[in-house]
Amino acid sequence: MKGPFKTNTRFWQGNEACAEGAIAAGCRFFAGYPITPSSEIAEHLSKRLPQLGGIAIQMEDELASIATIVGASWAGAKTMTATSGPGFSLMQEGIGYAFMTETPCVIVDVQRAGPSTGQATKCGQGDIMQARWGTHGDYSAIVLSPNSVQEMFTLTVRAFNLAEKYRTPVILLADEINAHMREQIAVPQADTLEVVNRRKPKASERAFFGLQEVPPMPSVGEGFNIVVTGSTHDEYGIRVTADPIKHRQLVERLNSKIQNNAKTIADFESYNIDECEVGIVSCGCTSRTVYEAVENAEEKGIKTGYIRLRALWPFPDEIIKKMAKTAATIIVPEMNLKQLYYEVERAASGQAHVTPLNKIGGGELITPEELLAKIVEVKRENG
Amino acid sequence: MAETFSARKYLRDITLPFCPGCGAYTVTNIFLKAIHELGHENLSKFIFCSGIGCSAWIPSPHFMADSVHTLHGRSIPVATGIKLILPDTNVVVFGGDGDIVGIGLSHFIHAARRNLDILVIMVNNMVYGMTGGQVAPTTPLRTVTTTTPYGSYERPLDAARLAVTAGACYAARWTTVNVNEFKQSIKEALNMHGFRFIEVVSQCPTAYGRRAGFKDAGEMLRWFKENTIFTDRAEKMSEDELTSKIVVGEFTKKQRPTLEETLHATIEEARKSNED
Repeated sequence: MKGPFKTNTRFWQGNEACAEGAIAAGCRFFAGYPITPSSEIAEHLSKRLPQLGGIAIQMEDELASIATIVGASWAGAKTMTATSGPGFSLMQEGIGYAFMTETPCVIVDVQRAGPSTGQATKCGQGDIMQARWGTHGDYSAIVLSPNSVQEMFTLTVRAFNLAEKYRTPVILLADEINAHMREQIAVPQADTLEVVNRRKPKASERAFFGLQEVPPMPSVGEGFNIVVTGSTHDEYGIRVTADPIKHRQLVERLNSKIQNNAKTIADFESYNIDECEVGIVSCGCTSRTVYEAVENAEEKGIKTGYIRLRALWPFPDEIIKKMAKTAATIIVPEMNLKQLYYEVERAASGQAHVTPLNKIGGGELITPEELLAKIVEVKRENG
Repeated sequence: MAETFSARKYLRDITLPFCPGCGAYTVTNIFLKAIHELGHENLSKFIFCSGIGCSAWIPSPHFMADSVHTLHGRSIPVATGIKLILPDTNVVVFGGDGDIVGIGLSHFIHAARRNLDILVIMVNNMVYGMTGGQVAPTTPLRTVTTTTPYGSYERPLDAARLAVTAGACYAARWTTVNVNEFKQSIKEALNMHGFRFIEVVSQCPTAYGRRAGFKDAGEMLRWFKENTIFTDRAEKMSEDELTSKIVVGEFTKKQRPTLEETLHATIEEARKSNED
């Protein structure tokens, strides 16, 4: 593929759009390990990055992939890896390390049906909770959820921007359907695209791990004598393995820099939440079913609304609470055995009845008919 | 006459955490002495990576330099990311035997295969020291450790020879008794390019020696001294004769294109083909 393009309309595969989004965001270093259904991201970047002077390298496993992008990020690059469930499991320790060392990087998890090898080529949404809680210890995640090829591009750009802004790993939680389908997308012109870069320290600054909510980040090789460690450390990076206060200060700040900015990070699409009697909360591939089902329910005279989450974590409690005030019932359709459901139920805090709609296996989407039947059923129950 | 050597010049003012008699003191001192003799006034041209384990603490946070203290076993992949982005820097990895050839073994082999241009110094104390003295992939046969109370029943790994097989440009092994050879070896390696590996067999009187039947660090050093065989002599000995011996010396010294060179040549080709 050669640029510049005459028009900005493309017919791309989701994984291809993700790779191009990374390039548009300034990513010039990719390390990964092949795994279905994410491999096209590695393949596309292996072709494109060298053309731009960037690096794409295939590592020996996912443990190496995540560690290598953390290293390259400390050397000053914007970095990414892409994987699927089994590889995402292997990367969890590395994601915690990136969180603890405040290393900006993007991890794409193209979900497939698990657990274990499961159905490797079929879609699933079983990693929603793993994306939030996968690494050990007190952790907060930023997780984005695309539902189209267009968003495979735009949310990848946003993932990099959030990673750079908050100095933290960001997860793009895609799924096999969005990764493999082809759609028309409008590629934003480079000069219209917001691209955020990490804040660099002034020559006199030395506190790269504290004193500010998001401290400035130097690179190795710049003469700052940086000490990076995944052990608890003070503002200057020096390890402090027993002091309770230092541990609290560090780990609470790492979590609060994400939680305090939950409103800024929140991103969702909503329809009719002020008037709906039946609400639907969904994300990713499942949300593509919702549009048609809602239209059909309204034709039947059922006041229906939806929230479609583009940012899953931090969880946007407020918008769910708002829906719960109006809706008698909230349906949570998802391609797993209840994950998003529990979070919606928690946020609804008893204001609305929350009911699941689950389907797994074979990569089969919940159909608009199945969702419509559920809407009709809850409407009947509510009377 | 050059300025006299002081390790302190390269160190932060933080007390080293090692036990009395630990070989890590020797390794720290000899490495910095080699740096001094190479004429480096400071460590600004170096970036250090280490994993988890006692010897990972040699550079971090003690060296006055950039140091990235990574996860257990992942120092080499982190070093890979750094070196590929900053090809003109000297990246040096410090790690123990558990870190480098236990949990991190795969990365060690692949970095040697790729010929990543870094120096790896593996401090082989033949045990998991930091966790209290469990058997390691390098523990000699029939050694008592906390997880082999009846003696270890597995054959240990020869890391230096493995490095050669995997494609390293330089591989050597010494003990903490061979301080001059070790120092020369570091200087040699720092003046070369490609994947360079130095294993230094080191005494851990606390977690290894005390259970393996050694009275103190001195007795362990005597054991090293009495059982050290140089490579040229070892070549003439049978496998049986070499059991429980420590073969020291240089195992390979060669040149071949580094990963950075082949990668950047590929990038240039890709750039050109994109322009055509």
